[in-house]
Amino acid sequence: MIRYDLLKELKPILSDHLVVCNIGAPSQELHEIDDQPSNFYMLGTMGLASSIGLGLSIATEKKVVVIDGDGSVLTNMGSLATIGNNPQPNLVVLIVDNGSYGSTGDQPTYTGGRTSLAGVAEACGCDTVIECPADQTPDILRNALAADRMTVIISRCDSGNRKCPVISMNPISIRERFMAEVAR
Amino acid sequence: MAREIDRQIIRDLRENGVNFVTTVPCKQLAGLIEVLGDTDTIRHVPCTREDEGMGLCAGAYMGGMRPLIMMQNTALGVTLNALATLIQYYQIPLPMLISYRGEVGEPVACQVEMALHTKALLAQLHIPTYHFHNVAQADELPGILDHCQMCRKPVAVLTDASFWGSAT
Repeated sequence: MIRYDLLKELKPILSDHLVVCNIGAPSQELHEIDDQPSNFYMLGTMGLASSIGLGLSIATEKKVVVIDGDGSVLTNMGSLATIGNNPQPNLVVLIVDNGSYGSTGDQPTYTGGRTSLAGVAEACGCDTVIECPADQTPDILRNALAADRMTVIISRCDSGNRKCPVISMNPISIRERFMAEVAR
Repeated sequence: MAREIDRQIIRDLRENGVNFVTTVPCKQLAGLIEVLGDTDTIRHVPCTREDEGMGLCAGAYMGGMRPLIMMQNTALGVTLNALATLIQYYQIPLPMLISYRGEVGEPVACQVEMALHTKALLAQLHIPTYHFHNVAQADELPGILDHCQMCRKPVAVLTDASFWGSAT
């Protein structure tokens, strides 16, 4: 299962929650599948989705789902230490791990080699880390959101992207409608 | 050991409504970070790198908090993309309280290398920049914090060795 198909399966779960979505193909795919004011699309800044999600989950009591990627987490691995040491019960970090840099042509990442992000997250102090195949992810995400416990999910997907248009929305509009949703 | 200047700055942050601070430490910021630890109204989340800290601040802002980052000028390079494509692009107000290493009084020669680029990089990014060189200039901080919220931009406050040396 590729990320696009996973996101389609996750749509009914994600649409009820604040979602911070990683740069590039993930945001473009989510935007095409289910554009919502409750989605914060990153248009730049590779690697900061989980950091934004942690900051947001500290500021709000609402549930926050981060959709991150293996390549992006590798660029900002320290974020897992910050998350592990500041656990927020309303935060779920979903790392779509397809072993590749999807937005740039599916070049392999090290998670397709010897590196385990689940191992990194656990070593960083994250108490609840679940690695699962893509098709089990909807149930695991649903349970994580119900559990009131900070959870890191590493969802193993196949490499590949769906061709979706670049997001043309103004960044300030994305932020303002998202903030209105947070405050609602 | 925290000094009066540290307590004054944290008081100014509190009175401005700052309630989320992320830090990467510097010797010159040690007193501030100590006072932060005793300040209940400010959530302090140390970050591992300054661009990560800007991500935390962006999230906290969107959740309704008022963030600030404390960092050293030597880290400016790693934050350029986060500043341009997150903080500026989405118009997020972000005061940056920066320890300006490498100025007169600096004991470590290598620190001078990034000091030479600090103001040029901030100018290139069109970031409003204020340079505190003596302790009296700290009185401008409340106005700078208001200005930052008004214009919804990152704003840099550079605090050099003379500033910290002149403080009590």
